[in-house]
Amino acid sequence: MSNINDYKGVFVFVQQVDGTAAGVAYELLGKGRELAGKLNAEVTVVLPGYKVGGLAAALARYGADRVILVDDPALETYMTEPYTRALTAVVNEFKPGILLCGATSIGRDLAPRVSARVRTGLTADCTALEIQEETGDLLMTRPAFGGNVMATIVCRERRPQMATVRPGVMRRLEPRAGASCPVVDFKVAGLAEGRNVEILEISKKVSAKLDIQEAKVLVAGGRGLGGPENFRLLEKLAEVLGGTLASSRACVDAGWCDKELQVGQTGKTVRPNLYIACGISGAIQHLAGMEEAEVIIAVNKDAGAPIFEVADYGVVGDVHKIVPQFIEQIKAAQAAKEQQDP
Amino acid sequence: MKIVVCIKQVPNTNKVKLDPATGTLLRKGIPSIINPDDKAGLEAALRLKDRHGAQVTALSMGPPQAEAALREALAMGADEAVLLTDRAFGGADTWATSSTLAAALKRLEHDLIITGRQAIDGDTAQVGPQIAEHLGLPNISYAEELRLESDHIVVKRQYEDRCHVIKAKLPCLVTALAELNKPRYMTPGGIFTAYAKPIRVWGRADLDVDEADIGLNGSPTRVFKSFDKQARGTGSKVEMDPQAAAAWLVERLQEKFIL
Repeated sequence: MSNINDYKGVFVFVQQVDGTAAGVAYELLGKGRELAGKLNAEVTVVLPGYKVGGLAAALARYGADRVILVDDPALETYMTEPYTRALTAVVNEFKPGILLCGATSIGRDLAPRVSARVRTGLTADCTALEIQEETGDLLMTRPAFGGNVMATIVCRERRPQMATVRPGVMRRLEPRAGASCPVVDFKVAGLAEGRNVEILEISKKVSAKLDIQEAKVLVAGGRGLGGPENFRLLEKLAEVLGGTLASSRACVDAGWCDKELQVGQTGKTVRPNLYIACGISGAIQHLAGMEEAEVIIAVNKDAGAPIFEVADYGVVGDVHKIVPQFIEQIKAAQAAKEQQDP
Repeated sequence: MKIVVCIKQVPNTNKVKLDPATGTLLRKGIPSIINPDDKAGLEAALRLKDRHGAQVTALSMGPPQAEAALREALAMGADEAVLLTDRAFGGADTWATSSTLAAALKRLEHDLIITGRQAIDGDTAQVGPQIAEHLGLPNISYAEELRLESDHIVVKRQYEDRCHVIKAKLPCLVTALAELNKPRYMTPGGIFTAYAKPIRVWGRADLDVDEADIGLNGSPTRVFKSFDKQARGTGSKVEMDPQAAAAWLVERLQEKFIL
């Protein structure tokens, strides 16, 4: 490999589906700017796709100094090999010091392939990135063993330093109105050559019956709801947050909801990004199934309920009054954000 | 048809703690299992064998005691097993692990390679695609359904909110999700014959692989430091009118970038 000192700058892979960039790309741009600032370097976006040049302006507003566009019909729908070729060609030509990808299912399929092809290291699912002052190397911190252990990883002798980063952990910048940046139209030959994989069918996933162990957001109800009809309120809350319903054992035993939804020792162990416990007192058997959630919110009228001992944010009060307010204000916050977003 | 399934032996828990003195993992007293995604991959291979006839080889890299995982694979119905074990392989990151496994796969005939999506100890999901890259094969990640049709394989998998049905020519590599199936149990007969079947043990000298691509020295990434995740601190608790409480919660979610 060529001299690692030739590899400079922070590059961000932008994943897009049907011409819409994944949110994590903007988050990576925000982090990329911070890292580039420490290194006195530029932030370059790598944008593979077909007829996706229109995204460049928004990427500039969110912090890109340069966009490398690889526009090719072979890149219209994500497939491992054409995308690997495109990104590898960019790495070989432009020599990034750091290359960041979202830890989405596409990012976690693409990044390992590219890292193996360019013979460099890759750190998966990072939750923190920083520059080591003495060396200028990237320190990549990630959870392992189901999040019980954190490890900080370095890749000292090969470039680029590659990481996939979990969506939702980095902060996107306030957009810079009117910002623009140069767009490099980079042609890569032979992207579709030797294709031995073919997509037969693409369908939108129906998320209604999402397994609670797969859900990123869970809204769980307990005995404090008072009756099965009140689960409808939680269903609405789950809906606005793109989440799924769950429940305590009490509700399952009372026949208010399906056993499939039960969290806890005799139910399922869950580890969502957000767990909202509504009217759940928090018996030890329930806590065992959910205390690994990233963020826990509890709403309960009993200030002494054990659920508050594991909750990051607790509200003492009546679920039936607080949840409807919560739903309205989430909708308002989402509407405000949508106006601001590209 | 020859199928090779890569399996990893992992501690049967994700509640691992670090030894505060040495910073290494405390594994004492924790039983080991076949990594769940890998076990589903093995089951998928065995089902292809049941339906179409196939020779199924289980391949693992690890310390000598990883033999137990391979015995279990044999008892479930795998035909043969290969254990890659050598001090020279130790301390490998995903890059070095995948090049070691790829070197072994070059010695094993394969029409189809199945790995799990990710192991519950490392959670990287990198080794499968990296093996495929080292071997120059296509990979199809996150298989939820898998069937064989003459000389190709059809796989259903999820990408974000899309479901793709993909057809790939053999040979190729598929990474399996635990959701793919419910693995069979070992049978008493299977356990009996598992001990009659030999496990091939390969070390450094058995593989044609560059010294610079294996073990700790062949690993581009290093652990700089590791630490226990901080225990969940006591959170904040408020009691206010519903509207104010809801606003407070929305602000907290914005702080955490959830909204």
